[in-house]
Parts: sequence; C-alpha cells; structure tokens
Amino acid sequence: MMGLDIAFWVLAVVSVGAALAVVLMRDIFRAALFLVLCFFTVAGIYITLSADFLAGAQVLIYVGAIGVLIIFAIMLTRESRRGSPSGRLRLPALLIGLLFLVTMVFVVVSTDWHVIAELPTEPTTTAIAQALFSGEDGFVLAFEIAAALLLAAIIGAIVLVREK
Amino acid sequence: MAVGLEHFLILSAVLFAIGLYGVLAKRNAVVILMSIEIMLTAVNITMVAFSRYSHVISGQVFVIFIMVVAAAEAAVGLALIIAIYRSRKTVDAEKFDLMKW
Repeated sequence: MMGLDIAFWVLAVVSVGAALAVVLMRDIFRAALFLVLCFFTVAGIYITLSADFLAGAQVLIYVGAIGVLIIFAIMLTRESRRGSPSGRLRLPALLIGLLFLVTMVFVVVSTDWHVIAELPTEPTTTAIAQALFSGEDGFVLAFEIAAALLLAAIIGAIVLVREK
Repeated sequence: MAVGLEHFLILSAVLFAIGLYGVLAKRNAVVILMSIEIMLTAVNITMVAFSRYSHVISGQVFVIFIMVVAAAEAAVGLALIIAIYRSRKTVDAEKFDLMKW
C-alpha cells in the first residue's frame, strides 16, 4: 500500500500545481498544455483508486479529444499575444474560491464517513458494463440519451462554426 | 498516515476551488472553458473515490455520463467562442454584451 500512497501524493501535488498554472499562466497556450498535464495526472489518480476503465477513458476523452479541441480553439482565436488577463472580479473570485475550499475541507474532515475497509482490486470494466446494461436498475435509457446528446452537440458545433 | 477517502475528497475540493476561481476571475473565454473542465474533473474524482470506498459501481457509471456531457459541452462551447470571435474579433468575456441590456 506504501507505493500507492506515494503515487497519490506525487499525482495530487502535480495535478494541483498544473491546475494552478492553468489559471495563473499569462500565456494561454502554455495554460492549455498544463491543462493536459492536469488531465493526465487525474487519470493516474483514477488508477490509484483502482478505476482502470475510467483512467483509460480519461486519457482518451480529456487528453485526446478535449485537449486537442482546446488547443485548436486557441490557435483559431489567435488571442495568445494578449495573454490571459484577470477581470474586475479577481478579488471576489479569490474570496469565493477560498470560502468554498475552507467549507469543503471542514465538511470532509468533520464528517464520519462510512468507509468499507480493505477491498480487493479487480478489473472494473465488466462491473461497469453490467451496471450500465443490466435490465432491472440499469442505465440503458440514459445511455441512449447520451448518444443522442453527443449527436446533437456535434451537429450544433458544425452549424455554429460553418462559414456562411 | 495512510491515504483514505478524505484525501481524495480534499484533493477534489482543491481542484474545484481552483476551477471556480478561474471561471469567475478570468476574461479569456477559452480559459474560462478550461477552468470549467477542471471543475468537472474534480467532481469526477469525488465520484470515483466514493465508488471505490463504498463498493457501489454506480459512481463510475455516472462518471462516464459526466465525461459525455463534458465532451459535448467543450465542443459546443468552443464552437460558440469561435463563432463569436468571427463576428466580434475578441474572446474577452467582459466584451460579450450581445444579450445584455
């Protein structure tokens, strides 16, 4: 278990540092690269949580698809030389963020979580598929709606950026 | 001290707070979208941690649906930003005033 603990601390520090770099970096292209790093480390955190399927999906969807999409958008909008300035709401935003963080940490620390100790690590892909598609309390309808949502989003994106 | 549920929840809260700050404070619309992605990722960590420490696989199923919605949101959001950039020549969120009165 010691190795997993070390992995968690390394991944946690790197992901928080990368997320901070995303919001503090002046150059938005570098911010996008740090976002990709943050997504990678979150995939590692999924592995320490023994969620192997989600770690793969995280790399494919976030790093592969969303990362490339964001870098494309940065290149198409060509605002990188103006950097990423903060608006008038910088101080209130900092205050709200800190307030949220303190509240959450207080709640997490003071709650007595009902944790089931020491569990075997096994592949989750089959379990997820059974939970998704089992007849009684599965998510088949939600799955179909998600497919329709993706189709609608793709068509919407194409219509929005099409040249007139 | 062994890593437990609380560590993952606090990590997720830290990431969510960073994303929240980015959404509220930044002016570049692309950076705002990037911050929203950080917030969604933070929520996903919470879901997976609860799923892991309570033996209920539904948490991971929900993460899959959140990933689907995040991908759709990123595609439509970035398309909107590019469309606005074409007509207004800016991606500054404080200059988007088409629907303000």
